[in-house]
Amino acid sequence: MQSVKAKGWRNDAVAKVTGRAQFTDDLKFPDLLHAVPVYSDHVHAKLLAVDTTAAEASPGVVRVLTSADVPGANRFGQIIRDFRIFADDRIRYHGDVVAVVVAETREQATQAAPLLRVEAEPLPVLLDPEEALKADAILIHENHGSNVINTHRVRRGDVQKGFARADLVIERTWQTPFIEHAYMETEVSVCFPRPDGVLEVRGSMQHPFSTRRFVAACLGVPLAGVEVVGMPLGGGFGGKDDTAAIVCARTALAAKLLNRPVKMWYSRECSIRESYKRHPYRVYYKMGLSGTGEIIAVACKIIADGGAYCSVTPWVTWRSTVQCCGPYRVENVHCDTWGVYTNNVVSGAMRGFGSPQMNFVVESIIEEAAEKLGMSAIEVRRRNLVRQGSVTITGQKLDGHTVAMEQVLDRVLEAIDYENKLKKCSRGAGDEQYGIGLAMSYRGVSLGAEGVDFCAAIVNVQADGSVILDVGVHENGQGAETAMSLILARELGIAVEKIHYKRSSTSTIPDSGTTVASRGTIMGGGAVALAARELKTKIANIFAAELHCAPEEVRFVDNHLLGKEENHALPFAEAMRRMFQQQQFPYALGVYRAPRVTWDEESGQGNAYFTWVYGCQAVELTVHKKTGKVKLLNAVACHDVGRAIDNTLLLGQFYGGMAMGTGYALHEDLQIVDGKIHHANLNRYRIPRALDLPEMKAIVVENFDAVSPTGAKSIGEPSNEIMAPAIANALYHATGVRHYTLPIKRTPADGTKGGR
Amino acid sequence: MQLTVNGIVREIPEAWIEKSLIRYLREELALTGAKIGCEVGACGTCTVLVDDRPVKSCLKKVGEMAGASILTIEGLAVADGTLHPLQQAFIDAGAVQCGFCTPGMILVAHALLLRNPGPTREEIRRAIHGNLCRCTGYQQIIDAVEQAAPHYHEF
Ligand code: FES
Ligand code: FES
Repeated sequence: MQSVKAKGWRNDAVAKVTGRAQFTDDLKFPDLLHAVPVYSDHVHAKLLAVDTTAAEASPGVVRVLTSADVPGANRFGQIIRDFRIFADDRIRYHGDVVAVVVAETREQATQAAPLLRVEAEPLPVLLDPEEALKADAILIHENHGSNVINTHRVRRGDVQKGFARADLVIERTWQTPFIEHAYMETEVSVCFPRPDGVLEVRGSMQHPFSTRRFVAACLGVPLAGVEVVGMPLGGGFGGKDDTAAIVCARTALAAKLLNRPVKMWYSRECSIRESYKRHPYRVYYKMGLSGTGEIIAVACKIIADGGAYCSVTPWVTWRSTVQCCGPYRVENVHCDTWGVYTNNVVSGAMRGFGSPQMNFVVESIIEEAAEKLGMSAIEVRRRNLVRQGSVTITGQKLDGHTVAMEQVLDRVLEAIDYENKLKKCSRGAGDEQYGIGLAMSYRGVSLGAEGVDFCAAIVNVQADGSVILDVGVHENGQGAETAMSLILARELGIAVEKIHYKRSSTSTIPDSGTTVASRGTIMGGGAVALAARELKTKIANIFAAELHCAPEEVRFVDNHLLGKEENHALPFAEAMRRMFQQQQFPYALGVYRAPRVTWDEESGQGNAYFTWVYGCQAVELTVHKKTGKVKLLNAVACHDVGRAIDNTLLLGQFYGGMAMGTGYALHEDLQIVDGKIHHANLNRYRIPRALDLPEMKAIVVENFDAVSPTGAKSIGEPSNEIMAPAIANALYHATGVRHYTLPIKRTPADGTKGGR
Repeated sequence: MQLTVNGIVREIPEAWIEKSLIRYLREELALTGAKIGCEVGACGTCTVLVDDRPVKSCLKKVGEMAGASILTIEGLAVADGTLHPLQQAFIDAGAVQCGFCTPGMILVAHALLLRNPGPTREEIRRAIHGNLCRCTGYQQIIDAVEQAAPHYHEF
């Protein structure tokens, strides 16, 4: 591979280390108005009236907006249109926004907010999804007809017969918590009407195109009348889709109605109160195995608390369903999944997207089963792992790419010296108890049957050989722009500094979907590679004769076009200048279309994803018996990423995902009491800090994937989805106590009594 | 009442005395490198150095800063744009992802290295423990601080 850049180079790094990077809240405009959201103190209530008089009379207040002010649609949703810009008929959770106060200064807006009078009639509050499923439960969305947002299923083989044949059947119940994304930058938007009649929207959001849809529908204007311009994003992790788009829509509405620039910045308290979370799951899981460790049957019931609105609950729970047996072959599967409305905070997309919950379940129960069978848990895994050509529980044959499950397992076992260390585990003995544990997963790449999956890239070479690159992929902080630039630099054989990645705008590139599902590199990178290849063909056709070779033989190396022989060379910049003279644009649009996937809802069978990634992680830790304090000593992760685009960026995705998984295992628990979030700021909601984490080791496996034009697959989510079960298994080996609830709380009592 | 910000002496405006330092820096001086992540002292994105010590500027009133010398991220690079070795190390080591925590992280690390130009990784962890980063898992930040340390022997 040619080196096209300096170590660590990122297109946005200098701006970020000098403080010059402008995030949305850093923008200043003359005449800027400030808006703040207003909530009611209800959790579930019929909304009777909103009286804005007192708030409007407060000093500096320009206007108070409610649902009555929305000229277009007040209801949105990517799947079900139930999310409100402003509460209209009901308040369905504590974070429902009733109004927005717009004032000359933020202080004035904040002072006026409590003056809003909300008249509402309380309704029974439903906080437990299983209660919400009962026939007599109050309907949270009357028109929906039930509190079931969606169901999914897998039907394979015959579980009755399977369990009858099994030598061991184990059945357990798991519970996982709400998780806050805790991106360091809260939601914020600045919108302003432009002289050309377009309403420009900037904001901290992951999905400029769905934001544009929300804004245009809310204002009742065409899509082309709104331009959403991407800004540096202070973290997303899946969390800046729906809520962030709605924040932009409210801001846009104020800007349009008042014909002035408006900024709406969310305090951390508002952000945590209103924004959607990772779904809490309750999982009833039953596994049957033969005496020699083959998994014969799995029956499971998955109940996901979707909260007050649908958001992407059907998609999140679909992934959980498809991956409900982990990376194992199982002939008899009966899985039923429900996404359920409650009056809790909304649940939606978060890094992992329905897999961390299920991996915690599967990777725990398989170890418990192995122990009951008197077998090594690694051996039981090996007996059941998917391999080249295996058929998944949804009937998909895994071929066309390398199925690297055993490879990643072996690499981790060796790197951490697993088998030897396993023998040293305390298993409940001593005061300072030591344990090691691991977990593995496979993961379908990109959206799967979740949505239409294609992506565009425009490569626009200038007459001096410099390049403007525009891709429908949004920079969430992960380095997507840098990765795309590197892919292009390697394709064209030019230095990456020659490429300017144009910050995304909905007005210059076709709608390419959202940068979620770890699809940035495979989809965006794929589109860039295809655009580059098309452009190279065009260039080669023009200059091949001059280079004394056929067009297919022209190479792009070291800022030059080369013929078959080295002495036939033409500088890239010179070639570009001459193309313009010949009335030829060195310009190409690349479109990468994900291969078709299939899915049958009835049977829960189909080719769910067009390719898969494979991962394994292990941790070592100690637990203090008396205090329950857990210290992580070491963590190793191995993932097959297809191909590494940039090592430094890649490692950042490994470590960041592992850190987030550690929080999921040990620290993070968004307590909701009577429908109100208790941990409303970062002093009470605890995410991992530097001393909470061990030194981490990343092992990159590269099995080029032919379905991806660059060979690269994904890493953002895989790295995040198995840390919790690895920690849970290590804790078990240390203490002899198994935990079925996240986060794992080691109380001093656990040391003596045992968990469950 | 005066304070110094990035080497420039400034009179503290009457209206700002009771207000928070982070708002003053961002809104009055347009120094937006320091960020607001929580306003309760939990995240450290608002970190600046006051007389070489890291301070969470959301917790301080401007009036409390009388006579103090404040360094923000904007004051670290040389005026001609040449990066400070610590900033360069953050880039080289891949310590920057979304970048929202970065200004605060660089400043706490700078304060550490001024006091202790040869910290262990554990000491670095302790020094940055008050600053949250949701993206990196801290590892490449720690690498960066380690890599920059030798430059501080020359100061
Ligand atoms: S904003 Fe000051 S510590 Fe978070
Ligand atoms: S780089 Fe995103 S919070 Fe640290």
